[in-house]
Amino acid sequence: MTHPFYVFGSYGFAAVMILAIIAWTWIDGRLRRRELAALEASGIRRRSQRAPEGDAK
Amino acid sequence: MSDISPAISRFSDLANPTRFLAFSARLIPWLAAISAILFAIGLYLSFSTEGDYQQGDTVRIMYIHVPAAWLSMMCYTIMSMSAIGTLVWRHPLADVAGKTAAPLGAAFTLIALVTGSLWGKPMWGTYWVWDARLTSVFILFLMYLGLIALNRAMDDPSKAARVASVLTLVGFINIPIIKFSVDWWNTLHQSESIMRLDGPAIDTAFLWPLFIMALAFTLLFFTLHLMAIRNEIWRRRIAAQRRIAARMASREE
Amino acid sequence: MTALFLRDLKLSVRAGGGALIGILFFLTVVAVIPFGVGPDLKLLSRIGPAIVWIGALLACLLGLDRLFQAERDDGSLDLLVMQETPLVLTVLIKCAAHWIATGLPLVIASPLLGLFMNMSETAIAATALTLLVGSPAITFIGAVGAAVAVALPRGGLLVSILVLPLAIPVLIFGVSATYAAVEGPQPFLPPFLILIALTLFFAVLGPAAAALALRNTTD
Repeated sequence: MTHPFYVFGSYGFAAVMILAIIAWTWIDGRLRRRELAALEASGIRRRSQRAPEGDAK
Repeated sequence: MSDISPAISRFSDLANPTRFLAFSARLIPWLAAISAILFAIGLYLSFSTEGDYQQGDTVRIMYIHVPAAWLSMMCYTIMSMSAIGTLVWRHPLADVAGKTAAPLGAAFTLIALVTGSLWGKPMWGTYWVWDARLTSVFILFLMYLGLIALNRAMDDPSKAARVASVLTLVGFINIPIIKFSVDWWNTLHQSESIMRLDGPAIDTAFLWPLFIMALAFTLLFFTLHLMAIRNEIWRRRIAAQRRIAARMASREE
Repeated sequence: MTALFLRDLKLSVRAGGGALIGILFFLTVVAVIPFGVGPDLKLLSRIGPAIVWIGALLACLLGLDRLFQAERDDGSLDLLVMQETPLVLTVLIKCAAHWIATGLPLVIASPLLGLFMNMSETAIAATALTLLVGSPAITFIGAVGAAVAVALPRGGLLVSILVLPLAIPVLIFGVSATYAAVEGPQPFLPPFLILIALTLFFAVLGPAAAALALRNTTD
């Protein structure tokens, strides 16, 4: 009554799903951070940070 | 207004996105490390303990299936609490918490469904049966997908959040149905063996890997949830900054 | 309130309303089944109650996006939300009118479609009775979906997706009660009573949640 196929299939599927959501969350974060950095580099600041510097170009 | 110190003195300080970002940046690495360690311990225990005399090695599937199922219900409960926070207290981050939890909950529900199905084939002889527990968990999965679709269908995040919160709360009735379905109906799925008034019906040798894996799954969920909230805050900031940039650009013309 | 009720009834019975289309869709769905499944009469009578129930469920879902759409299109939805009468009551009245105009015709049409499926008299009677008791539940649940999707561009499809998971228990108990009446050793009364309970429960929860959703979508 061992059925290793089902056991490994379950663990394998769970591993794939978990790695997928970890990867998706992490990559999404990296992309957002890169976009934010790109926006900062092109001079667009948040309102709260822009105030003391005046109108940034 | 420009200088918000990231220090957190009260829990309600977390409502401020800047403070939340600073707080989560410190917390996430620890949560990730601890959940990785717990997974390592849990996996080791899962495979080193003996199999059940009746079920053999397939009982090891329980160490994935049960935590995933617990987590799918806990995630929906967290989404429901976020929904109340959005509708009643207008907490700024409640809607972000609710929106980001939905894909994670859907993933864990899918893991529970598939591993349960793979456990059912050798044990019950069938991959699927429409008994009360399996049907209500499948309905939970459909509700997660519906909420994800709803959140994506609306552009305005705050409006989407309030509407999705209403729907989340309406669907919460499914959670007690799932929990008690094995008591109320004659199901093929076994009845409660752990969360019972009389105490667990499972031998302690099986409880250890189960609880360690459950804890590992829970910490993994919180790690990913915090990361996802962070991503969503960034996403909204990007959108806001782009809007400001567009307005500035049009003003210069 | 009576004015709103009668107005809704009149609107839905008229040409653009959903009553006739609902019945036609119901008819089409149930009539197509024998073509797909084959003319085996025994099989048809066995699956008959379930098919009639599913057809009624789908026809109900089809008509649901009409619940608030007309009001939204001419702007009176905002007026309804701003009234002094509680929005929950308004939604309840609209649901009642919608059921009488769309759901009740389905119940009345179900015996005819039961004949298409070669069902026995008990089966036809049981199906019609359970539909009579259960279709209001579908309307009330559907009100939540309709309220949520009213502001969306292609909201009609989303309504069905959102409402279906919550409507499945109604279907399960409806069909279970019908089959219990037709064949079986299982008693008819428990699932039937639960069906009634579901309708009453959603009569409260549905309009309340729909009112909440309407307040939050119209900004």
